Amino acid sequence: MINDTMEQSKLQKFTKAFKETTIAFSQSELERAREVVFNSEFPTTRNENWKYTRLGKLQNLELQNNAPLQKFKVEPLSENSIQFIFENGHLISGNTNSLPDGIEIQLLSKCSQENLSKFDDLNNLNKKDLFYAMNTLYCNNGLFIKIKSKQKIERTIEIIHVQSSQNSVSHFKNLIIAEAFSEAHIVERFLSDNSNSSFCNSINELKVEDNAHLTFDKIQYENPNAISINSDLVEQQKNSTFTINTFTLNGLLVRNNLNIEVKGENSITYLNGAYLLKNNQHVDNHTIVDHLAPNCESHELYKGIIDDSATAVFNGKVFVRKDSQKINAFQSNANILLTDTATINSKPELEIYADDVKCSHGSTTGQLDDEAIFYLRARGISAKSAKELLVSAFISDVLNHVKNEDVNKHLNDLISKEFGWEI
Amino acid sequence: MIKIKNLHASIEGKEILKGLNLEVNAGEIHAIMGPNGAGKSTLASILAGREEYEITEGSVDFDGQDLLEMDTEIRAREGLFLAFQYPVEIPGVSNINFLRTALNEIREYRKEEAMSAKDFMALVREKSKIVELDPKLASRSVNEGFSGGEKKRNEIFQMAMLEPKLAILDETDSGLDIDALRIVANGVNTLKSDKNATIVITHYQRLLDYIIPDFVHVLYDGKIVKTGDKSLALELEEKGYDWIKAELAE
Repeated sequence: MINDTMEQSKLQKFTKAFKETTIAFSQSELERAREVVFNSEFPTTRNENWKYTRLGKLQNLELQNNAPLQKFKVEPLSENSIQFIFENGHLISGNTNSLPDGIEIQLLSKCSQENLSKFDDLNNLNKKDLFYAMNTLYCNNGLFIKIKSKQKIERTIEIIHVQSSQNSVSHFKNLIIAEAFSEAHIVERFLSDNSNSSFCNSINELKVEDNAHLTFDKIQYENPNAISINSDLVEQQKNSTFTINTFTLNGLLVRNNLNIEVKGENSITYLNGAYLLKNNQHVDNHTIVDHLAPNCESHELYKGIIDDSATAVFNGKVFVRKDSQKINAFQSNANILLTDTATINSKPELEIYADDVKCSHGSTTGQLDDEAIFYLRARGISAKSAKELLVSAFISDVLNHVKNEDVNKHLNDLISKEFGWEI
Repeated sequence: MIKIKNLHASIEGKEILKGLNLEVNAGEIHAIMGPNGAGKSTLASILAGREEYEITEGSVDFDGQDLLEMDTEIRAREGLFLAFQYPVEIPGVSNINFLRTALNEIREYRKEEAMSAKDFMALVREKSKIVELDPKLASRSVNEGFSGGEKKRNEIFQMAMLEPKLAILDETDSGLDIDALRIVANGVNTLKSDKNATIVITHYQRLLDYIIPDFVHVLYDGKIVKTGDKSLALELEEKGYDWIKAELAE
């Protein structure tokens, strides 16, 4: 009991500077969030969901909610993209009025309760999560995006989050609906500027309706002392295709929760991820694909390269519910440890309650192949280049899933800059 | 070109080479034959710079430099090439990307300009013809999914691309059918000049019908015990290695 009180006081202390949101979430949502935040403690490693990720570094931050904004400038991925920049959770650039036909974007701060509450039914399980509740209760801002039915949005929608100044914090949320037969591509980029330590708690709630195609690329490239916890809650209806590619290239502690509920038949889901870690970074990817409808397929590929004393966690769950027959679900996690002090905790899980399904999952962890390095060196390639070639080759199949050329090029540039690898 | 003197080498405390001497000059082809376990592949590995072996005695002079002091990649850049007995599959690294990296690192070492993509591709087309390698294989991952014959042809293709001074072919004939053998041998013969040299390591005489050696050496128990011309290979084929063993026992 004594322990509990202490933990709770840590959370109270942590949230002290945060202000309750002014966004028009429904009273029931807010009440639920308060309930969770006021009666919880930080999850510990005794909690199965946080078994390999300690939050001590987060708990010890003394965060400030009102850091002055620096109005950071960010190069868009393409001149053509529809760009919104948020700094510490506040909009600093982007216009919701000059948009192409077929798309509606509102700031959450200006969004009607009717639009906001469209997401109340999404992924209820997750709403007991402390960080989800904190995000609702303290939400700074975010976007409501509606891709209207039968519309194909050619321009990339680019959402950029910048953490600036020391000990800054942001809670933001995007609510995204791809209506029936629509098609769109969204990129979310996480950056830091002039910020030594920061905390970013972000949520995306996505509804992919009948026959819609939505692609979501997430590029996490904050500074080496940034902490971020991100959750993506996704719901897919029938005949839809949803692709999410998550790249984690920097940050001190990054936790990604990706929960996808496939509720409609004949849907396809792609989840790809690459995490490249060095120093003492910690990156934790928790994914859930819940097949609630028959005749669907999901393809999951996560790959990691872990250097120095960094630690990665992969926990991927695939559920195939009782009446979800004819499901093809494939999951793979592969890791390369570059040093003896690098760590990976990989836990692929499959729970199948239907009897006519095709599922596989697997996890591999290895080192760079010494024979291959010798072979490359024997052709005149330096040991360093040989390692780079092998590392690049290892993650190239994840990068190949990024179909948007601007994003692909940007990722290559970042990887080359950060790690010296050409892919 | 290469002078190996009294070379002793061991692995995990076991001595494999026990005083090997060999001298190869430019323009020559030497065949090294011998029974299994004689140390043939060990010799190839040591020359290419595999680090598992401990050199306990002896020296290797490569064009006036101490070969044993050089890292593997420096040996390659100085013009030594090993055609692997078991070429390694490297998924995700394209043959082209790999060779271009290799060629340009070698050129940089020699203080030459990097080769343009256009010139490089022209070179790939020209050299892949020598070993009748399907140009499609050049863009695939290194050796991945290649047949045994394709892997060996890819080795000779790489040799053609890198134009080494000294090529060591380690059991390049193993696992090849007659057609593949002929193609590989034809590749080696095409690349031969009075400025380069080749060491052919083989268990069987068969390859030497196509690559005619100037010298044939018999490696047995870590040493070269007999040297002759190409007729020695035929004699070995006929009489087997027991003949050498018996002769040595006398």
